[in-house]
Amino acid sequence: MNPGKALLRQDMMPHILCPGCGHGIVMSALVRVLAKRYASLDQVALVAGIGCSSRVVGYIDANTLHTTHGRALSFATGLKLARPELTVIVVTGDGDGLGIGGNHLIHAARRNVDLTCILFNNETYGMTGGQLAPTTVTQAFTTTTPYGNHESAFDATALVTAAGATFVARAQAYRPDLLEGLIEQALDHRGFSFLDVLTDCTEYFSRKNQLGAGSDLLFSQTRSDTEISLDLTEWPRLQEPDGFPVRNLMPMGVLHESNRPTLEEVMELPGYRPKEG
Amino acid sequence: MATELVSGNEACARGAMAAGCNFFGGYPISPSSEVAEALARLLPKNGGVFLQMEDEMGSLGSVLGASLGGAKAMTATSGPGFTLMQEHLGYATLAEIPCVVVDVMRVGPSTGVPTAPSQGDVMQARWGSHGDRAVIVLAPASVQEIYEMTIIAFNLAERLRTPVVLIYDEVLAHMRERVELLVPHQEDLWRRPKPSVPPGPGYRPYLANEEGVAPLPNFGDGYRFHVTGLMHDERGYPTTQAKAVSQLMSRLKNKMEPVTEWILPESYRLEDADLAFVAYGITARVAKEAVDRLRDAGILAGLFRPRLLWPVPVTDFQKLLGHAGIAVVAEMNQGQWVEVVERLAPRSMQVLGQGKLGGEPMTTEELMNVAETLMQKGARVL
Repeated sequence: MNPGKALLRQDMMPHILCPGCGHGIVMSALVRVLAKRYASLDQVALVAGIGCSSRVVGYIDANTLHTTHGRALSFATGLKLARPELTVIVVTGDGDGLGIGGNHLIHAARRNVDLTCILFNNETYGMTGGQLAPTTVTQAFTTTTPYGNHESAFDATALVTAAGATFVARAQAYRPDLLEGLIEQALDHRGFSFLDVLTDCTEYFSRKNQLGAGSDLLFSQTRSDTEISLDLTEWPRLQEPDGFPVRNLMPMGVLHESNRPTLEEVMELPGYRPKEG
Repeated sequence: MATELVSGNEACARGAMAAGCNFFGGYPISPSSEVAEALARLLPKNGGVFLQMEDEMGSLGSVLGASLGGAKAMTATSGPGFTLMQEHLGYATLAEIPCVVVDVMRVGPSTGVPTAPSQGDVMQARWGSHGDRAVIVLAPASVQEIYEMTIIAFNLAERLRTPVVLIYDEVLAHMRERVELLVPHQEDLWRRPKPSVPPGPGYRPYLANEEGVAPLPNFGDGYRFHVTGLMHDERGYPTTQAKAVSQLMSRLKNKMEPVTEWILPESYRLEDADLAFVAYGITARVAKEAVDRLRDAGILAGLFRPRLLWPVPVTDFQKLLGHAGIAVVAEMNQGQWVEVVERLAPRSMQVLGQGKLGGEPMTTEELMNVAETLMQKGARVL
C-alpha cells in the first residue's frame, strides 16, 4: 500500500484521471514524499490552477486551493507571504503554467518566493480535449493542429532558469523513483524550486499521434537516469507519416541550482524560517 | 483622532490601515496608484505585506491567497485593471474569500483618458464577471467618506465572506479635503466568522451559519479544507448536481440581503421635492449644490444619493423618492444607474438620465439648466 494513502481524501474518489494517464504516478510520488516528511498536512498548502493536473490537489488532505486558469502562483505567492511558516506547493500543467499563466511563472521565479512548483507536462490541453499547448512538439497532431503543429515548444526549465529560479529540475512519470528524489530536493531547497515533470496524455495526445497506450508512451521517452528522449521517430509505430519531427534528448535531473536570499528573507517576514543551505 | 488634509487615494490607504489591512497586492495604474504608494509606505512599518504584482489578475490572486491565510487583504486599480480583475472577483464570490477591491474610475472604454474622471464602471462592477453574482459596491462622495467606507468595505467583506468593491472617480481620488481620521474601536471591526467545531470529520467548510455565511478558518489552522472555483457542496468538493448548485447560488445571493439595511442612502431635502436628483460619488456633491440654488430660485429640488450602488437600496428608494414627479439621474457616463431608477420608479415619475462624457465633472449650472428646463416644460408634478 502507498504509505501516503492516509493522506488522501478517500471520500473525493473516484478521481477524474483517465486510465493510463501519467498524472496519477506524479501525484502518487508527491504523496509518498509528503507522507515521509509530515505526519499531518496541517502546515502544507497545495495550490493549483485549472486543468487535469490541477485537479489532483483536491484529493490530498491538506490545505488545498484550486484557483483559476494559470494563476495558482499568484495565489500561492500571497498565501506564502501572509503565512511564511507554511509549506506551499503549486501544482500546474503545461497549458496552465506556460500558456495562460506564463507571466506569473516567470515572476514567481524572479521573486524567489520559497515555494515549490511542480509542472505536469503532458504536451497538450487534456481537460478541454487535446488541443495545441505551448509545449507541443513541432508538427505534432492535436485537435487544433490537424495539419501538424507549426510552432516551437517551450523548454520550461530554460525559461524559469533565465527568470531567476534557484532550483530547476526535470523528471519523468516513468521514473517515479527519480521523481521522488527530485521532489524531496525541491522541498529541501530554500527559494523558488521548479520541477518540469514529463507525463503523458494517453486519451488525446497519444491517440492523435499514434504513440500507444500510457505505459508505451512513457517508455518511449525514457533513455537513462539523466536523459529523456522526446525523439518520436524512434518509436516503431511512428515510422509513418514521414517527416515526423526528431526531438532532441532532453536532460533529466537537477538542471540548475543557485543560492540567493528568498523574498521572505529580504522582506524580513516574521514567522519565516529559512531552510538550511 | 487626527484631522489632516489628505487626498482621496491617501484617505483610502489610511482607512485600510485603520481597518487592520495587512496585505496589499497591486499593479500600478492611473489614477489609483497613490493608494498603492501610500500602502507601500505604511504596511511594512506596521507588520503588513506590500507586494507589487506582475498584472491585475496576479494582484487579486495574491490578495485572495493572503486572505485565505488570514490576512485582511486588498487591492486598488482603475477601469482597465478592474476589467482584468473580473475573473478573480467571480472566483472570490463563489469561493467566498473576503477582500476589498478599490476601483478609481477614469474615462473608458479601453485606455480612454487615463487621468480624467468618469463614473463608467458602475455596470462593470455589477456585471463584469461572467455568471450570476451578488455584489457589494460602495460609492463614497467625499474624501472623508472614502476613509470611512474603506473601513466599512473591510467589515462587509469579512462578515459576509465576499469581495467588496469601493468605486470613486479621479476627482475624488486626487482632491484634498480635511479628514477626521477616526480610529475605529476594535469591536467595530468585523472579522470573518470562525468555525465553532474543532478540525475533524464534523467540520464542513461550506456549511453556512444563520447569516448564510460559512465560517472560515485560516489555512494552517488545522482544518485542511478544499477551496475551488467549481460549484461545490458543503464539504467544498466539486459538484455538478443541479440542486446543490442552485442552493449554493441562492445562499450567495441571500446572504447579501442585510447590506441595504446597513448602508443607507443620503436623502437631502427630498420631503417636498418636485424634482429629485439621483446622483452618487462626486456628481452628488454638484447635485447637492444645485438643489440649494434651485430652491433659492423657487424650484423644489432634492437629492437622493445612494452610498450603496449594489445591491440596490430598493426600499429606501421607494420610501424617499416615490412622490417626486421628476427624477434626474446625473452620472458621468452614457447612462448606467439610470436603468435602475427607471426600473424602480413609479409610473407617475418622469425619469431623465443626464450623462456627461469627456472627462470633465458635471457642473452645478448644467444640472440647474436641466432642472429649470424640465420645470418650464410643465412636467407633471404630483
